[in-house]
Amino acid sequence: MADLLMASERNNCCDGFSRSEAMRRALGAAPGAVPREWDPRMPVPAGAGMDRRRFLLSAAGGLLSVYGAERLGLTNAMLGDGIARAASAAANPVLVSIFLQGGIDALSVLAPVDDPVYRRLRPTLAVPDTAGTPFGEDPRLRWHPAAAGFAGLHNAGKVTTFPGIGYTSPDMSHFTSRHYWEVGATDNRLTTGWLGRYLDVAGDPSNPLQGLSLDGQMNPTLATARNPVAAIDRPENFSLWLDGVWGDVFSWTLDSAAALGDAQSRAGDPAVAQVAQAASEVGYVRRALAPFRDKNGNAAYTSPVTYPTAGSSDLPQRLAGLAAMIAAGLPLRCVALTTDTPFDTHSAQATAFTSGLQLAADSIAAFQADLEARGIADRVLVHVWSEFGRRAQENGSAGTDHGAAGVSLLIGTRVTGTMVGEWPGLAQLDANGNLIENVDFRGVYCSLLEQWFGQDAGAVIPGSGGFTRYRLVQ
Amino acid sequence: MPKHQVPARFAMAALPASPIPVFRGRFTERHATRLLWRAGFGPRPGEARKLAALGLERAVASLTRPSGPAHLHGAPPHDENGAPLDPLNVWGHDHCWWLDRMVRSDQQLIERMTLIWHSWFATSLEASTAALMLRQNQMMRARALGNFHDLLLEVTRDPAMLLWLSNNENTKWSPNENYAREVMELFTLGADRGAYTQQDVHEQARALTGWTNEWTDSAGPTNFRFDPELHDDGVKTIFGHRGNFDWRDTCRLCVGHPLHPSFMVTKLWNYFVAVPPPRRELKALSHTYVHSGFQIRPLMEAILRHPLFHDGPRMVIPPAVYCAGLLRALGRTIETDAWSWIGEQAGQRLFVPPNVAGWDYAHWLDTSRWAGRFTAVTYALQGHVLNPDKDAYSATESATAAVQAAVRYWGNPPLSSTTVGSLEGFSRRAQSGIVADWEQTAYRILRQNALRGLIPTTPEWQTC
Repeated sequence: MADLLMASERNNCCDGFSRSEAMRRALGAAPGAVPREWDPRMPVPAGAGMDRRRFLLSAAGGLLSVYGAERLGLTNAMLGDGIARAASAAANPVLVSIFLQGGIDALSVLAPVDDPVYRRLRPTLAVPDTAGTPFGEDPRLRWHPAAAGFAGLHNAGKVTTFPGIGYTSPDMSHFTSRHYWEVGATDNRLTTGWLGRYLDVAGDPSNPLQGLSLDGQMNPTLATARNPVAAIDRPENFSLWLDGVWGDVFSWTLDSAAALGDAQSRAGDPAVAQVAQAASEVGYVRRALAPFRDKNGNAAYTSPVTYPTAGSSDLPQRLAGLAAMIAAGLPLRCVALTTDTPFDTHSAQATAFTSGLQLAADSIAAFQADLEARGIADRVLVHVWSEFGRRAQENGSAGTDHGAAGVSLLIGTRVTGTMVGEWPGLAQLDANGNLIENVDFRGVYCSLLEQWFGQDAGAVIPGSGGFTRYRLVQ
Repeated sequence: MPKHQVPARFAMAALPASPIPVFRGRFTERHATRLLWRAGFGPRPGEARKLAALGLERAVASLTRPSGPAHLHGAPPHDENGAPLDPLNVWGHDHCWWLDRMVRSDQQLIERMTLIWHSWFATSLEASTAALMLRQNQMMRARALGNFHDLLLEVTRDPAMLLWLSNNENTKWSPNENYAREVMELFTLGADRGAYTQQDVHEQARALTGWTNEWTDSAGPTNFRFDPELHDDGVKTIFGHRGNFDWRDTCRLCVGHPLHPSFMVTKLWNYFVAVPPPRRELKALSHTYVHSGFQIRPLMEAILRHPLFHDGPRMVIPPAVYCAGLLRALGRTIETDAWSWIGEQAGQRLFVPPNVAGWDYAHWLDTSRWAGRFTAVTYALQGHVLNPDKDAYSATESATAAVQAAVRYWGNPPLSSTTVGSLEGFSRRAQSGIVADWEQTAYRILRQNALRGLIPTTPEWQTC
């Protein structure tokens, strides 16, 4: 008891210079006296032909080995039933949206190393002409050495690149351009994300895990108008705490908070119902994630592959947790997360860019290997994007300013692996000295909705009829 | 004293007759509680009872007619190390600085209106500096219940707004339509009502040219001013009127537009009442507004007395109000700067609205935001919980008595029988966990701490 009290009193944190860090730290520091139980209301897990029992045993092994099915109230019949239902359910595809925040420098990710114009525009930042791996689809380009993780997947046909993606009349504000990408339209006032609108149209009114933000706060890409979505950072971190309450009493306290929601989630008063539904959803998410957390609040799952280690970023851990959740059959459909490292490299670009790209590429490559090792890679696509590329000419601070067209990647075993659009080249730049787009990101969204989710894009992307479709999925 | 504030001796005078229906039921503590949550930041202990005793008219007047400068009651705010807040220099302290005013100001409606103008004229720190955001905040506070036309003029030339909607980059050579569009769409007229055309946006942008500033490494954005050299002084046609219009004309034409009063009344009403204004109320309030010369206070005095305010459906309490209300109910003040990230997690980081349209008052909750509210309760109670190793406590308290004690702790908020029954169920369950003798007291202390944590998470507490 004393230990738990100390644990709960450790949480007077937050010196508050960085909001996301502060929040993550606080959530991460929360004591682990959170209950572990199984939610019998959990929907049928996604994934045709998956052996649910195997996944329970491997991904959430702690669940069964520590507690045992009997204690969880899971009879063999129930497990068998679950397996049967899982086996007969349609294979639900998962789309993972990874935002490289800050505007990543496309001219360094895929560098035209032999282009004299590039050497002239980038006197200090040009990638050395023998560094990195040649980009097989365009002999002018080489992958940055730090992008080796992407290059390897690309060589294996698991990456579709978009080397000139953007939109016409590009906005060079982080805030605005990011918003456009998040909502899937060049519309300042749209308050739902493009994946959120998809979930409103095709989702489930009772499954908050269908849209899962791994940013510790709602990711705007997933913002819905109707259907519930959830926000966590890592599955083991969805923790709440109260000083002076622990052990079973705290478990029951959280049960009670959810029960208070359950009791009024269909209340006639819409405001009461809104609060009650959120409380009820929190209970659902907490119970669904309980098997992923041991009693000390640490991960109760193991990864079949090794993820990179990173000092201040938990991107690798978030992706490892995601792979475990998908493998365990949690009903995820759209997942969104943001890199911790910003790519807004206005000065001293080389260092920050390289470490940030290395971490992103290695983490995503490990995630892909993880999915493949678990046998679930065929139902997951990873979309990697940034709000814009950067100015072709470096500035006077060995950095680059905000630009326009940039680079996106689509990663997975089901991608075509064929470049969409083309590298825009440096011969012609826009009036601000930026790369000119040749693929509109909204066309990619429409294509993903139609080919990955089988969803008519017209119900999700405004003006969808005006955008070119690309063959993305095979 | 700003000219729109009435002298102290009139502060508690009866209000003028309302142009719309007035609530005629008995004004009870329950009604006073709603009034304090919607027109302020929730009751302090005993406050709802005192307000109820005034009766509806005087209760409303006590909010709408504050006299003199606001007083901040209680201990000044500090961070968790006891250091004073540094809102200009430390990230998040701007949020805490304002939250403190919400907690401690004796002019609750002024703070609440300031919060509404912050969302109405949503401006973000992301394009500005804390100094400019606080300057805007003080301007909105000074004009919180004043004249909307004056407020619009101040907003239009406000540095943080100039930066946020790019009107500092709007020149006669290169017009920028950003502010021109929003001043009509979001601030005064509304989209898709036929109030204006794209040509009006274009012409308004020309009228709004001329604002500029400089930027220095040491001071950031500075020296905001109107430079006639940058202004397009040619003839513009706006809403069918022709003239050599400038930014003042933009504001005048917008508030003078026949579709402005209905926009104004509806938008303001919707911040305070859960159902839209009936047609007759809309018409009567529009008339009042225009004939008062665009005064805000008469509208508020009518809305706060309307039957739909007092016996209409409930509203979700906004996150900033929720956090301030927790501290007010406990008689506590800001003792940690964690409130800024808690506010963000709960969905309302002050000075950082989600977009140009401000916060979405219809959708305040998701799993993460609910967790943020729970965390707010955690921090409101932090350092004030019962300690089973030190504190004396009953070894025999019943499950029902435990719930009653926790409800008393929070000042007897009205809870439904469903909720009380659910809390009693938890209370019995907690008691059933007692096995050893030493646990008789310890578990009851844990249970009491838990019940105190649960009560503000109930749907009744989170709505008003």
